[in-house]
Amino acid sequence: MEPPAKYLYYPGCSLKATGVAYEESLLTTLRLLEIPVEELSDWNCCGATAYMSVSEASATLLALRNLALAHQAGTKDVLAPCSACYLTLRKSHELATHYPEAAKDVERFLEQAGLPRPDSVRVRHPLEVLYTDVGIQRLRELTVRRLQGVRMASYYGCQAVRPYGEVDDPHEPVRMDEVLRAVGVETVDYPLKTKCCGGSLTGTIHEVGLRLNYILLKEAQRKGAQAIVTICPLCQFNLDAYQREIRKQTGEPIDMPVLYLTQVIGWALGGGFRELGLHRAISGRKLIEQWFTVKKEAETYV
Amino acid sequence: MEDKPITDQLVTSADWEPLVVAFFCNWCTYTAADLAGVSRMGYDHNVRVIRVMCSGRVDPQFVLDAFAHGADGVLIGGCHPGDCHYVEGNYKTLRRYHLLKRVLRDLGIEEGRLRLEWIAASEGEKVAKTINEMVEQVRALGPLRLTRRFKEWDAELASHEAEAQSEEVATHA
Amino acid sequence: MSERNGEVRIGVYICHCGVNIAATVDVRAVAEYAATLPGVVVARDYKYMCSDPGQEMIQQDIRDHQLNRVVVAACSPSLHERTFRNAVERAGLNPFFFQMVNIREHDSWVHSDREAATEKAKDLVRAAVMRVYFHKPLERRRVPVNPDVLVVGGGIAGIHAALTVANSGKRVYLVEREPTIGGHMAQFDKTFPTLDCAACILTPKMSAVKEHPNITLWTYSEVVSVDGSVGDYRVVVKRKPRYVREDLCVGCLQCIEACVFKEAKFDDEFNLGLSKRKPIYIPFPQATPKVVVIDPEACIQLRTGKCKKACLEACAERGAIDFEQKETYEEIHVGSIIIATGFQTFDPRRMPQYGYGKYPNVYTTLEVERLVNASGPTGGQVVTRDGRVPESVGIILCVGSRDERTNRWCSRVCCMTSLKLAHLIKEHTGAEVFIFYIDMRAAGKGYEEFYQRVLNEGVHFVRGRVAEITDWAMDPSEEGKLIARVEDTNTGFVRRIPLDMVVLAVGLEPQFDALNVQRLFGIGCSMDGFFLERHPKLAPSPTYTDGIFIAGVCQGPKDIPDSVMQAGYAAAEAIALADTGFFELEPNTAYIIAEECSGCKTCIPLCPYQAITFNEEKKKAFVNEVLCKGCGTCVAACPSGSIKQNLFEDEEIFSEIEGVLAYA
Repeated sequence: MEPPAKYLYYPGCSLKATGVAYEESLLTTLRLLEIPVEELSDWNCCGATAYMSVSEASATLLALRNLALAHQAGTKDVLAPCSACYLTLRKSHELATHYPEAAKDVERFLEQAGLPRPDSVRVRHPLEVLYTDVGIQRLRELTVRRLQGVRMASYYGCQAVRPYGEVDDPHEPVRMDEVLRAVGVETVDYPLKTKCCGGSLTGTIHEVGLRLNYILLKEAQRKGAQAIVTICPLCQFNLDAYQREIRKQTGEPIDMPVLYLTQVIGWALGGGFRELGLHRAISGRKLIEQWFTVKKEAETYV
Repeated sequence: MEDKPITDQLVTSADWEPLVVAFFCNWCTYTAADLAGVSRMGYDHNVRVIRVMCSGRVDPQFVLDAFAHGADGVLIGGCHPGDCHYVEGNYKTLRRYHLLKRVLRDLGIEEGRLRLEWIAASEGEKVAKTINEMVEQVRALGPLRLTRRFKEWDAELASHEAEAQSEEVATHA
Repeated sequence: MSERNGEVRIGVYICHCGVNIAATVDVRAVAEYAATLPGVVVARDYKYMCSDPGQEMIQQDIRDHQLNRVVVAACSPSLHERTFRNAVERAGLNPFFFQMVNIREHDSWVHSDREAATEKAKDLVRAAVMRVYFHKPLERRRVPVNPDVLVVGGGIAGIHAALTVANSGKRVYLVEREPTIGGHMAQFDKTFPTLDCAACILTPKMSAVKEHPNITLWTYSEVVSVDGSVGDYRVVVKRKPRYVREDLCVGCLQCIEACVFKEAKFDDEFNLGLSKRKPIYIPFPQATPKVVVIDPEACIQLRTGKCKKACLEACAERGAIDFEQKETYEEIHVGSIIIATGFQTFDPRRMPQYGYGKYPNVYTTLEVERLVNASGPTGGQVVTRDGRVPESVGIILCVGSRDERTNRWCSRVCCMTSLKLAHLIKEHTGAEVFIFYIDMRAAGKGYEEFYQRVLNEGVHFVRGRVAEITDWAMDPSEEGKLIARVEDTNTGFVRRIPLDMVVLAVGLEPQFDALNVQRLFGIGCSMDGFFLERHPKLAPSPTYTDGIFIAGVCQGPKDIPDSVMQAGYAAAEAIALADTGFFELEPNTAYIIAEECSGCKTCIPLCPYQAITFNEEKKKAFVNEVLCKGCGTCVAACPSGSIKQNLFEDEEIFSEIEGVLAYA
């Protein structure tokens, strides 16, 4: 598969708010890789998982409007970094193209809105871009700083690999490990790669959410990881934000950086501390500073 | 004479249905079609299968004859390269197919109306898929209706002849 | 046309096939339509044309209406063309004044629109009526059948087929790829449901093969080419060098003792790598023939030429070891071939969620067969790879079977194999055994009873597909265990079950090189990759290639009794063919009208059988009908149209084309 000439970036709400570090690091990484990317103009909410369960038809249309806009803009590849956005867009596309019954409604509504059918649009995830379009070999070549001796656990969360398995193998995802290893990071065997981060439970049934966070952090620690690397803004937030509370409740000394994949890769490619949003981290700040600021030349990019 | 594609604007009647004649070799593709049947894989009904022992038996004349008698498309099915029951009959088919495509082009018959597909005895699904694709493609191309064209040409020719004759009569008179 | 063929009187018969055709095709309408076609004297529809009354009806009509052509619209000609030709022949008509129309597989079973399906049936019937007009009386051709039989594959199916054919007095060549016969059955410990030991019932049959005067046994050999056709197959067998002379080796095994490798350090294939062997080895004690073999990848002498060759010394007296041995080729002539090439087990690495290859204590059923076997790598001790006797064992069913992601079919033996292993593991270790299943399938004589027995022994049955095997311990009680996460669908709970040993009941699938074998012998494969039988119910061993039969799991998953039964059936077919002494061929050969042949020689190189020769004197080509197989490639190529093909004459096909298109 030929890498596309350009990607249209669909941020979704998270990357403009709690996950702004993801946006910063993603755009920096793509810039360093010389991959042209442009934000989709007039994008709207993906509807996430909640809207789907209220009204599937409306939720599908809401999501498809974004893809139709992309189609109109003439770009095939829509980059959706947030796992919830990725899955919602991908699923809506599937419904519109593979289920004739759904496709009929979609066509009718899009027509009313004066929008084309987004059949040829592809929904892509940054990990897929790094692994497939850029490739391990090229990442290795472009690496300017190697994170030698740092052990990380790669963590996917529930939505990126299931059910389509295009981002990675749904049962045993390994691409994130390969990408990390390409820039010198050591990865640990982490059996909970796709287990639940607690999702919105941290806000609704807090103690259950915390318990799920704890399991993930504890197992990463047990396997010898010094940090967790994620590709989902909700996972990152859940794992990063409540560590102090977990420490208080369990009395265990857990203080672990929870990084975006694009922060680690962006830094290896020469990105700066602030332009990768590393200053926004809540937990494990000491390690983050130790790993990512040792070299002064990093500042020149800021 | 006007040089326009022969399918041009000929018929657009709403009830037109494409018709595809398929020549299937006995060992692979015909068996695969049997398998599609046994597995109840539905496919478009606008196809009529004629069994030959080997796709190598498909004389280009059969294809032209099918078009001449009203087929809108012709599908040839044989064993995969290397799998021919008669060692290499399908290679001969492939050669003829490419030459035949050229002839069809010269005749103004769209290339999409002829298709050669390798379908092994186990590939019932491929039979259904190929037939569906072929029928759809031919549907998109529209009716060929060579029979009707022939009649129109004959009529045109006859009227020219009649005209010439009457002129002759007139000059003699 | 009537001048050429006299008055043509056609009878047309439309079969209902119960409701198989009649539900989708208006058979009455098709018969009524057929009656209006030129030349048709009588047209009828009937519930089952292939039944005795159906055939009788045709014969009666032939006599009453002086029919001289018959068209039957029913199922595929591959099913009943012969039936109806014979019926026609019994009524005194030449059997080739017959044409079959396929309105079941090609019509009623693939369409649902009744009107369209009926129209299609009419078109096809019309084409056949127009075609049958031109049919000619033909003679059936007979070819002699060589009574010798080749059996490919020396597992239980191949062994049983070879013995059966040999017992009937025919010569049998049994070719096996491995150094010994026995196949997978030799690796099993006990057999279900009787729990008799596999070796005890198999090895006598293996020796019987070796001893049988009518069997030529070639192990460590492979068929490399197959020419000819039914009655006369010419087969070349490659005999790989085992670097030991079979005629001299007595199986004393002193050479193995003497080998410079004091420690066995190479993976033992027979024990699936659970134990080690030396470069010179015998697969297992009862290997047949009992002849050692040298692994050229491991042997120092064969790799570098620099070994002190202790084995050679040990065998000095007999001199059976021969490092100079080269592969040899044998050519044999046989009349029929039985293919019994077996299966391979599903590679569970394809389902990484079960951790095979990652967690050492995850096994396959075949590996556990070796573990519980008294002559296996642990001497019959069921211990984990770290040497512990397991306290809890989980067996996961349908690994690689009944799964859209891998193989969709049921492998048929895994339920019973797992019950057997559950029983044996419990017996050996007293462990708690869990069986994770989707459905328990225990159809077979004594199988359900065995299932009940194992249930009563206290094996836990958990109905649910295991989501994953993980070593992630949720609490201290799970530390050091493998945990099966599974939704127990009987109770509606997701459970975590800590286990010391996990056994994956891997499914059966076609051999990795089944496609090559299929091509080599010119047979078909069904969609799952197993070899294709001529008919799934009525001819489950013959193939579409005459004189080639399939037996055992290479045709589809089956257990030992079913494999043996099919092997016996294949053997009976081969014996019947040999005893008949001849085979009737389709009279569809090509022939040349000499007066019309221009002598251009276009046809000569087209024939893969060298059936066309050129007479330089007469400047004409001639077809040798004995060599001609009837593909018709030369017929299509002849520029002067002087080559014809019986049963597929130009005018027959042209009228068929015009027939299907008559309305267009």
